[in-house]
Amino acid sequence: MNAPVTAPLVVASEIGAPAERIRLGLGKAAPLGWLLGPGLLLFYWSVGSASGYIDPRILPAPWATFGTAVELFREGRLQTNLAVSAIRAGEGFVIGTFAGLVVALISGLSLTGGYLFDGVIQMKRAIPTLALIPLVILWFGIGETMKVTVIALSVFIPVYLQTHNALRAIDLRYVELAETLGLTRAAFIRNVVLPGALPGVFLGMRFGVMAAWLALVVVEQLNAASGIGYMINLARTYAQTDIIVVGLVIYALLGLLSDGAVRFAEARVLAWRRSLAA
Amino acid sequence: MTTAVRVRGLTRRFTVRGVLNGVDLDIAAGEFVALVGRSGSGKSTLLRALAGIDHEAEGDGEIIAPARVSVVFQDARLLPWKSVLANVTLGLTGPDVRRRGLAALAEVELSGREQAWPHELSGGEQQRVALARSLTREPQLLLADEPFGALDALTRLRMHALLRRLSETHRPAVLLVTHDVDEAIELADRVVMLDDGRIAADIPVDLTGPDRPGRFLALRGRLLALLGVVDPLAA
Repeated sequence: MNAPVTAPLVVASEIGAPAERIRLGLGKAAPLGWLLGPGLLLFYWSVGSASGYIDPRILPAPWATFGTAVELFREGRLQTNLAVSAIRAGEGFVIGTFAGLVVALISGLSLTGGYLFDGVIQMKRAIPTLALIPLVILWFGIGETMKVTVIALSVFIPVYLQTHNALRAIDLRYVELAETLGLTRAAFIRNVVLPGALPGVFLGMRFGVMAAWLALVVVEQLNAASGIGYMINLARTYAQTDIIVVGLVIYALLGLLSDGAVRFAEARVLAWRRSLAA
Repeated sequence: MTTAVRVRGLTRRFTVRGVLNGVDLDIAAGEFVALVGRSGSGKSTLLRALAGIDHEAEGDGEIIAPARVSVVFQDARLLPWKSVLANVTLGLTGPDVRRRGLAALAEVELSGREQAWPHELSGGEQQRVALARSLTREPQLLLADEPFGALDALTRLRMHALLRRLSETHRPAVLLVTHDVDEAIELADRVVMLDDGRIAADIPVDLTGPDRPGRFLALRGRLLALLGVVDPLAA
């Protein structure tokens, strides 16, 4: 028989509480905390304008800018120019994305296609698309074709690069699996390569959307007769700072909205990843 | 007894996984063979050669393998963008693909999970899906490359029972690569040991008759000694 063991009795208070550790992680983010910075900016802007510290010719007050936007809307100038800009960017985006996808599929899915296209596009990538504008103007004139072409070219590059990368980066383990399952090349591409590359396609499209707005801003500074850029340029001629600010805010909203749209589509199509992130 | 696999004079050089220096191996139809050996002894190289996925391999020798070969990898290797059922039936053709897939899932006790995404399953469940996927091909040879190596001990025991039951029902020839001597004895009809790319031992497993635990321990001690490990249970 074992004799009962008498362990020394230790009272918790004698040991003390567990050592307090310094928390090195960032901790939990406050909901809507990201609004602090933009909120402060708006606050300083309002205070500066109300106190007269900011000259309205340099930067009009927030409420004046808002009033201008409402007025532009009533006159119909805002929506007309907005529609023109959105159509330009949209056309360029659709054409650029389509072309980027098609060429990336050709060069990503076959070695020959890669030899044919990838080198050329990597070279093109070294030239900023906006630097091509003089050439595009000589080819297509100063009209809509030139504008849509420049936007489409800007979208093409990121969509191509990300899609091509994603197609070539297919996990070797899945290639082995497909071989052991005896998949045909077509079934392999349909079931393994394309779905595996979709996240890359969406990444390319998100870069593409941003590139489209950037290119739009630049081409609309070039002899445009309509569009948000035209509205801004005209306002510069008449020193209407408030209209310029409205135009810039519109650009920002368009960028955010279209990025949100692509992310929404991404979440729908890549449902298999959704609960992974949650 | 018909032969399912016949390997003669198989060599593989310059591989990262371990070379093969002239391997001869026969596996009878329906026979369960465990392949053990130290890391780098060539176990995986041999399995990949039999699976026909060692395209870059240099070497020669003769391999005769059945037409229908299924492979189960250490990772379940499910496509994350396909539902469990779509993973099981991937690459199958015919009118009753769905029914066959559901039947295979029922066999691995995953009925009702066919619409789940792979990442919603536990590691053991994912490996069961992989087993179901290999079964739907009705393989004459099942190659398994440390299929339970990444699972916890309890799940591994359950998977042993499942694999034994499935192999008794479907009777494929099985080549199970494992580093777990207990697993090899528990499951296989024969244990083949590779050392430095050669077959170092080929031992039938016979645990019938009285004193099964004693026979198990004796075989375990013998295999571990061949692997250069002193068995603490045999001492």
